[in-house]
Amino acid sequence: MLDYAWIIPALPAVSFFVIMFFGKRAPKHGAEIGIAAVGASFLLSCVAVVEWINRVEDATGGESHGLVALGKSIFAAGGAEHGVAPVVHTLTWWTSGGTEFGVGTTVDGLTVMMMFVVTLISLLVQIYSTAYMHDDRRYTWFFACLSLFTASMLTLVVSENLLQLLVGWELVGLCSFMLIGHWWEDRANSRAAIKAFLTTRVGDIGLMIGVIIMFFAAGTFSIVGINEYALGGEAQHSLLMFGALCLFIGIIGKSGQFPLHTWLPDAMAGPTPVSALIHAATMVVAGVYLGARVYPVLYEGFNIHDGGANFMAIIGGVTILIGALLAFVQRDIKRVLAYSTISQLGYMVMALGVGAWTAAVFHLFTHAFFKALLFLGAGSVSHSGSHHSFDMKSDMGGLRKHMPVTFATFMIGSLALAGIFPLAGFWSKDEILATAGESGFDAFVVVGLIGAVLTAAYMTRCVYLTFFGEYRGHGHPHESPRAITVPLIILSVFSVLAGFANAVPLGIHKFTEWFEPTFAFPHLVHAEFDYSLAIISVAIALVGIGIAASLWFRKEELGPFAGLTKRNALAGRGYTFLENKYYLDFLYENVIVDGIRGGVARAYYWFDQNVIDAVVKGVGRGAARAGRFAYDALDQRVVDGSINAIAAGTGEAGGAVRTVQSGRVQRYALLLFASVGVMALAVFLANVD
Amino acid sequence: MESDFPILSALIVTPALGALVVMAMPARRPECVRLAGYVFSFAVLALAGWLLFHYEAGSGYQFVEREQWLGDLGVQYKVGVDGISLFMVALNALLFPIALFASANITERTKSFFAWMLALEAALMGVFLSLDLIVFFVFFEFVLVPMYFLILGWGHGRRTYAALKFFIFTMAGSAFLLVGVLVLAFLHSDHTGKLTFDLATLTAWAPEGLDPGAAKALFLGFFAAFAVKVPLFPLHTWLPDAHTEAPTAGSVILAGMLLKMGVYGFLRFSLPLFPQAAVDLAPLLLVLATIGIIYGAIVAAMQPNVKRIVAYSSVAHMGFAVLGIFALTTQGLDGGVFTMISHGLTTSALFLLLGMLYDRRHSYEVDAYRGLWKVMPVLGGLFCVAAFASIGLPGFSGFIGEFLALIGTFIVEKPYAVVGAIGVVFAAVYLLWVFQRTFMGRPTGENAKMKDIGFRELACVVPLLALSLFLGIWPKPVLDVIEPDVKEVIQQVERGSDYREPAPAFEDAPSGHDDGGHE
Repeated sequence: MLDYAWIIPALPAVSFFVIMFFGKRAPKHGAEIGIAAVGASFLLSCVAVVEWINRVEDATGGESHGLVALGKSIFAAGGAEHGVAPVVHTLTWWTSGGTEFGVGTTVDGLTVMMMFVVTLISLLVQIYSTAYMHDDRRYTWFFACLSLFTASMLTLVVSENLLQLLVGWELVGLCSFMLIGHWWEDRANSRAAIKAFLTTRVGDIGLMIGVIIMFFAAGTFSIVGINEYALGGEAQHSLLMFGALCLFIGIIGKSGQFPLHTWLPDAMAGPTPVSALIHAATMVVAGVYLGARVYPVLYEGFNIHDGGANFMAIIGGVTILIGALLAFVQRDIKRVLAYSTISQLGYMVMALGVGAWTAAVFHLFTHAFFKALLFLGAGSVSHSGSHHSFDMKSDMGGLRKHMPVTFATFMIGSLALAGIFPLAGFWSKDEILATAGESGFDAFVVVGLIGAVLTAAYMTRCVYLTFFGEYRGHGHPHESPRAITVPLIILSVFSVLAGFANAVPLGIHKFTEWFEPTFAFPHLVHAEFDYSLAIISVAIALVGIGIAASLWFRKEELGPFAGLTKRNALAGRGYTFLENKYYLDFLYENVIVDGIRGGVARAYYWFDQNVIDAVVKGVGRGAARAGRFAYDALDQRVVDGSINAIAAGTGEAGGAVRTVQSGRVQRYALLLFASVGVMALAVFLANVD
Repeated sequence: MESDFPILSALIVTPALGALVVMAMPARRPECVRLAGYVFSFAVLALAGWLLFHYEAGSGYQFVEREQWLGDLGVQYKVGVDGISLFMVALNALLFPIALFASANITERTKSFFAWMLALEAALMGVFLSLDLIVFFVFFEFVLVPMYFLILGWGHGRRTYAALKFFIFTMAGSAFLLVGVLVLAFLHSDHTGKLTFDLATLTAWAPEGLDPGAAKALFLGFFAAFAVKVPLFPLHTWLPDAHTEAPTAGSVILAGMLLKMGVYGFLRFSLPLFPQAAVDLAPLLLVLATIGIIYGAIVAAMQPNVKRIVAYSSVAHMGFAVLGIFALTTQGLDGGVFTMISHGLTTSALFLLLGMLYDRRHSYEVDAYRGLWKVMPVLGGLFCVAAFASIGLPGFSGFIGEFLALIGTFIVEKPYAVVGAIGVVFAAVYLLWVFQRTFMGRPTGENAKMKDIGFRELACVVPLLALSLFLGIWPKPVLDVIEPDVKEVIQQVERGSDYREPAPAFEDAPSGHDDGGHE
């Protein structure tokens, strides 16, 4: 399967076309086609994972000399240390100026891991959607879009080169646009869709330039080639720095990093399965994936090995905190989860920034399961518990009695997210903190711990408002159907067990062993398990839960803090600041966008109308006056007569000519004379020269 | 197939003959007129298909025909096709049957309309095939006449103003071109004693024979004509007016073909004839092109009229084409030519779709429409596809052209490429806004009663979008044909100037260890 990885994205791509053209006539309106295709992709991905693991174990067991990468021999012979080379296949897509633009597959540990995650969650989400979207007005179209998304995401994942990755990157953005705006009858939804597309595209400027810079620097778009170039020691550091910076801007846009994170909460306007698949588990981590893919460029470009604070780690750290803080002031359960996603993506980016590659990818892996679980749980609540509302304060509460499966799985997801031992989030978050500490990034360990306490607290608030207290809604809450609960159960199993793939104190390093690249990759620090740090982080999460629980679970609601925002001016201002999302949306929409549309565009248009055209008109009038004399000297009848003669001769075609009033013909003639005048002037000038 | 069949003359003569046949028909029988129009335009399409099939990539001008015409004046009829003009001819042959087919709503003076359209097709074929400067100029000028009458006769509201403005701008530019052509030929005959307007002869002589000052002046003369047609900032203001008032078929041809005449002129005449001047003045064109990319996109964002939005987007797109060409690198020229083809497909599709909306509601105002996707799912879907194709989404032809143009520009002038990349993002803004405001939301009033796309309309739009998709997924066949002739243009520039095409890499990379290299 490693050699035929192209089949995995091809299946859902075919399914997209089949659903689009034949889906409506299918017995299940296209859902079965999508599920079958992505199911097959999932099985093939599992085969690929197993084959990759065998390949790694063979290599580490025996000798790795036999393993030579297929495809173009762009690998410096013996340049990099021996490792398990990725399986590369390339075809020429097109050529220009001697440059070959290829398309192909690179399969290594990172790829197979990501393919597994993408196909598994796509499959579960599609099954879930058969119930959740049951009566939707565009049910078939929805499944077609999901298939297209899975195909695009997998294209991005298996990319052989950065150009192909850019193609996949834009296509997942397109699917995100279509799916956020799925219910486009409401203006808010279509606005959110456009906001998401355009905001991520701002980051795409960086990505596009970054890709071009790396192409010129390394002389190839090939990911392996670029990584080898970055580590080869011959690279100019300034180029790597600019390249890394530009690529990182792309990551900021796609992976919801500060300050381009504002689109992600609005993207919750899409159907909940879409939020789970695209805006939690897969598409938004495309940025992190890109960072992991071209890590040598970022590693060298940002000088991560020096152990100093760098741009990437700082942005990640800031994102952890701003996301987590905003999660506190939301009424909408999906928005809580969206800000939580932003914050968790911050962890991944920060991990990449502090050299904890494996921890970042491991967190990507575990986060995909528990965050998809939480979103699908929220969807289950709105589907069967709160009458299609996501407002925790007005339509939820007390649902644990009515929806036991949803409640139990949501609790598992929340605890995993909060990083409670021994659930998945504990292992991956802990590995990020331990590696950061080991590499000397102490400040970021502190940021991570603050993030952990905030995460535990806002999830406690969220769980309380949704499942505890009195039911505040108006419907008849009941448990969701099996198509919804089964994916929840499967995901909760992964949320419990996924962390053990790299349970360091138990002597399990499988995740590192299998999935960390050993070919064209920097030497990374691997932290030993730090018991004290682990205990601190769990304790701190429990403190967060405790504080939040004491605030919300007690009858007197907020206890001593009740009305704090009203009594204390500073707290009030802080709350308003959060309510307004740090005024970033105001800055982007009211200041920048409206400024360009209202001010700059109007000014430019005024320039068009009143300066350029005025010059044209002025010249025209001047020429007309100058030509008047010459024109008067001419026999007008000659002009008119000839025109009429042509008109008569050409029958109806002349009708058009005849409709040209004679005044206009005169102007036309004037124009000819004006042109002749200009020509004469030009000839004169040319002769002077 | 006979190899000496004058295929290129047939391409020019067939539509001209069609125009004459249509004129000879009785005005009372519009259905016969239509039939004749379709037959002749499809015949041209078939001829162009034959040409595409029999063209051999990389062997210079092919199917060349040469006849003495005005012998004493050195004017000859000479036509030929190479990889650059081939696709312009093919695009022209494709767009006319589609434009005629989309003109079912033309019920007044059908006969004149079809006659003018076929005459326009013949003139455009002549423009892209001529290899003699005077013949080129005649065709170049003649294009204006049918277009002027098409806007005037079948346009909307302010058509008089728009047609006249179109005429003023282009005539003024052409005057400089005529003078330039004449001066060039006379200077040549002063030196060699032989008066000729043959492009090959002049190309062989001009780079060496002209003194630098004269070359620069002549380059600017040609520039005036071509820049108006492109149109380059600040000579673009005729375009929004002409587009807005033109009938749908007129807009399709205007955007699809007329704008290409300018870029084609730069490639075919300005670069080979005045290489040193082109190299020296390239920064000017790069600046104007870059301004056009940003300016067009920003002004488009505030227009209340959909046709004006698409018109301003053309300014931005053609900016990419000029940017790529005056980067003077193989990738840049490839990208420029590819952008021309791609823009012809996607913008024509957009104008056709807007024309369909106009046929139903008689308005081009964005605010008049709302929620159309609900009542016209197919048309809405196609508009969405066309918008994303025009935006340059990967998978469509626009991406390939713009990306290549950016790469080609990055080799020589990094800042322009960076600004151009910003323009790529801007392009998404206005079209998505249009799509959101017209097709999304809930339809009310008349919007709720609009009919979805019909079969005839579908047949017009789908081929264009399918081709754009095909070229986006598999651009290789087209690029492989364009590239040898693009390289030839660059070699001509290199032979006639001190310019040498740089390799696509940082100057001192990868061996240099010193910092820098990035401007």
